[in-house]
Amino acid sequence: MSSRRSRSRQSSGASRISDDQIADLVSRLQQLIPEIRNRRSDKVSASKVLQETCNYIRSLHREVDDLSDRLSELLESTDSDSAQAAIIRSLLM
Amino acid sequence: MAESSSISNPDANSNLSRKRRKIEPKTPAGAPTETGRPRWQNDVEQQIYSLKLVDALCHLRRPDSAAATSRAVRNAADQVLAVSARGKTRWSRAILTGRLSLRLAHINKKHKKAAKRAAVGESRTKKPAVQKKLPPLEKKVKVLSRLVPGCRKVSLPNLLEETTDYIAALEMQVKAMTFLTGLLNGAVSSSAAAGGDSSLADRG
Repeated sequence: MSSRRSRSRQSSGASRISDDQIADLVSRLQQLIPEIRNRRSDKVSASKVLQETCNYIRSLHREVDDLSDRLSELLESTDSDSAQAAIIRSLLM
Repeated sequence: MAESSSISNPDANSNLSRKRRKIEPKTPAGAPTETGRPRWQNDVEQQIYSLKLVDALCHLRRPDSAAATSRAVRNAADQVLAVSARGKTRWSRAILTGRLSLRLAHINKKHKKAAKRAAVGESRTKKPAVQKKLPPLEKKVKVLSRLVPGCRKVSLPNLLEETTDYIAALEMQVKAMTFLTGLLNGAVSSSAAAGGDSSLADRG
């Protein structure tokens, strides 16, 4: 921890953030990432959290791309009216 | 209606118009950082998003020119997501403004790159590589900042906050799109059976 503080002081030109703040935010990030949540959440280093975060965001992007692929195919085969009707019906029920 | 009230109150005119525009950001989400997650995990929020997304997608199909390419669907989904954020987060604003100035940005980048190459020779002598020793943590922070839209030059705590909100929003986007896909799958399979349903689709 002391080494981190000295580092942050050296590069504190733009950022005077306390270590605790960063630790707090990192722990919050930790809670969101399912991979880390399922393991022991106490001993995860910040670097691991950041790594998993990047991987998770990338996988979410990929999922969205996949889904939009499928949606575009489905949209071409249905007409918009029945699609909207189906959706509104399901949301109202 | 707004005009008549503003005419009767000429002094408060500008205030009224400003209040109207500023009312949305002043909504009782006093601590946006705390309500970040519950906001995106709300079922209602997801339903609203689904509806808006469908609307946007149907608008895509109307012109019939470029059809519904996957890229267009992705962009529409991102746009609707960004709009639902109501301008409170950096990534949402970046998505919304990025579209408008997409072409300009490309042109500007080209000019900047050309200018940089010309100036690099000088800058190398002036800045003797102070931050050559980037700790691996910083590298990951950089990668993360590239993944979250609009957060390349953001300080670390802000970046982490934006990330938490962005991840929650992305999860909602995935859920909503999965839901829509399932629905449309059902609609496609049942459209042959229920041919007369189009009469029910009255856009009221």
